[in-house]
Amino acid sequence: MSEALLRIQDLNVSVEDNHILHGLNIEIGKGETHVIMGPNGAGKSTLGQAIMGNPRYSIDSGSIVFDGADITAEATDKIAKKGIFMSFQNPLEVPGISLRNFIKNAVEECTGERMRLWDFKKKLDAAMNVLSMDTEYGDRDLNVGFSGGEKKKAEILQLLMLKPKLAILDETDSGLDVDAVRTVSKGIEHYRKETDGALLIITHSTRILESLSVDRTHILVDGKIVKTGDGSLVDEINENGYEKYL
Amino acid sequence: MKKEKSEVQDIDRSLYDFKNEDADAYRLKEGLTEEIVSQISVEKNDPAWMKKFRLESLKIYNELEVPNWGPSIEGLDIDNIVTYVRNRDNKMVKDWDEVPEDIKDTFERLGIPEAERKSLAGVGAQYDSELVYHNIKDEVAAQGVVYSDLESALYGEYADMIKEHFMRLITPRDHKFAALHGAVWSGGSFVYVPPGVSVEIPLQSYFRLNAKGAGQFEHTLIIVDEGAYLHFIEGCSAPKYNVANLHAGAVELFVGKNATLRYSTIENWSKNMYNLNTKRAKVEAGGKIEWISGSFGSHISYLYPMSILSGEGARSEFTGITFAGAGQNLDTGCKVVHSAPDTSSYVNTKSISKGGGACTFRSSVVINRNAKGSKASVSCESLMLDSMSRSDTIPAMDIRTKDADVGHEAKIGRISDDAVFYLMSRGIPEDEAKAMIVSGFSDNVSKELPLEYAVEMNNLIRLEMKGSIG
Repeated sequence: MSEALLRIQDLNVSVEDNHILHGLNIEIGKGETHVIMGPNGAGKSTLGQAIMGNPRYSIDSGSIVFDGADITAEATDKIAKKGIFMSFQNPLEVPGISLRNFIKNAVEECTGERMRLWDFKKKLDAAMNVLSMDTEYGDRDLNVGFSGGEKKKAEILQLLMLKPKLAILDETDSGLDVDAVRTVSKGIEHYRKETDGALLIITHSTRILESLSVDRTHILVDGKIVKTGDGSLVDEINENGYEKYL
Repeated sequence: MKKEKSEVQDIDRSLYDFKNEDADAYRLKEGLTEEIVSQISVEKNDPAWMKKFRLESLKIYNELEVPNWGPSIEGLDIDNIVTYVRNRDNKMVKDWDEVPEDIKDTFERLGIPEAERKSLAGVGAQYDSELVYHNIKDEVAAQGVVYSDLESALYGEYADMIKEHFMRLITPRDHKFAALHGAVWSGGSFVYVPPGVSVEIPLQSYFRLNAKGAGQFEHTLIIVDEGAYLHFIEGCSAPKYNVANLHAGAVELFVGKNATLRYSTIENWSKNMYNLNTKRAKVEAGGKIEWISGSFGSHISYLYPMSILSGEGARSEFTGITFAGAGQNLDTGCKVVHSAPDTSSYVNTKSISKGGGACTFRSSVVINRNAKGSKASVSCESLMLDSMSRSDTIPAMDIRTKDADVGHEAKIGRISDDAVFYLMSRGIPEDEAKAMIVSGFSDNVSKELPLEYAVEMNNLIRLEMKGSIG
């Protein structure tokens, strides 16, 4: 792990007056797959939100360095442009803007280049195909009236189109049936293959991990990483739960 | 891509806010007196009945009180308003090349001649108090469609028709500013569509108020005869001054049996404008009025287009959007009176307030005792973009029969920080993200607008959203 893509040092984060993350450290190398596991309320999602610069979360101390740049106080759109993507646990519904136009806007913002509509549509259709999504979803308003599974697929679709250097997947498998988990996993594999991008997978279950090779696993309890290990740690948690770390 | 966007914005910023020197203008004195009204009458070469009508309206104006239920219009002093301004060289032509250079340039910049060539069946262009251009395509005129200024129509073949309809829907007794309109009206358009004639492409009148401290009082009278169809577009704008300007136009629409009239407006008045405008439609049996109303400009607006459904099965549809920014208090909405059986009305409005702006949606739906089997649906949605802005909803319903189906839905909300964060997390800057949410919010209204107006509305939203951060 000579070249860290993301380096978080001594991160303290609070929401309103609740101190959630207490001096968290983590380092992710290029192309690595990391998993953050932990019981409910441990601060897993807070970590993702803090990395993305959500203004609701206040970073009280510590630093986040991505690809050589300090992004601790950076605006969310700038963080995205530097190459971090986060799949939301509860993607927002935005009426009046189609999924297709939204993704086109986002891709153009991130690359700084305008795309011809036809070229864009071809790429989008191909990505939708990977996720077995009907291309007519492109015409629908962003997440409006989407089922839970459709919303998660739409998130992975954005991941495939934006090709970030690091993708944070926040509980992407929660609430999905077996088939949907399989489709989403297929999308994530596709992203890995196409871009060799790194992954930070936040989860409290392990279904989504089955088809991925995990480099590092971190156990997060009460806002601190209490244990870091390789992929086999996932299996251990699967068998014994978090009890021994609480 | 970034560069291209900011260029669009630059062009837009100057789109409405440019002014011409008044060197060639002929202005009456400020204020409102019998002498001034008589002078206007002479200027306009009124028929005798019209002169009488003006003076009678002035009397009513002096009797009526300023409305006390809406936004304050204390900053408007009629003694400082010039009610009549025209170019010295006062003539209306059918060829843009004959329009005085600076005025022609104004309309060029507003894109009117180009729109006329591309997508309109006829255009009227008013500059201050008088029309400078009026033209209708030959093939439309050949169908018997009349589209002209009101003044010359007062003497022609349609003189009696005008006398019969002029200020009969909106009488000077209606309110103080209707009386003012009756006294000093000038300019506007007259349209007559004969029975069964469908005008396939729209007619458009554009009203530009250039003169500082002046008022514009155009009168639009449209009669769509039995079974006919017309789409009429009205545009308005003005440059910004540091004194009050006034717009008190009147729009009277007569929709015949089984006829349809679509009336689209985008108001882009400057933010020193008092827009006290009155619009009304009377719809006969089986006829339909479709209002599309975009209110973006003005300092204060009072605007409630009214539909009187007077024949069995008459329908009205009102689609409106209002955007109030800093220093604006826009009181808009609509009125519907169901006074025949099986009539229906559908109201769908959106309002957006930002930077301390205030939007009030005010509606009145009356279903009379005889209007059995009628349906009314009112839906209004408001979006506030910050905590300094205001949004109010005042819907009134007066239902006098049990046999009616009435629905009402109101939603007021703030722009969601979570949605903004979500869009930003995909690389979209904050102001763009907010503009997207606002455009999306108004999408089902902008879809109703003619294409170039929809584009214009989106540009306006973007323009308004710029600099909304911090």
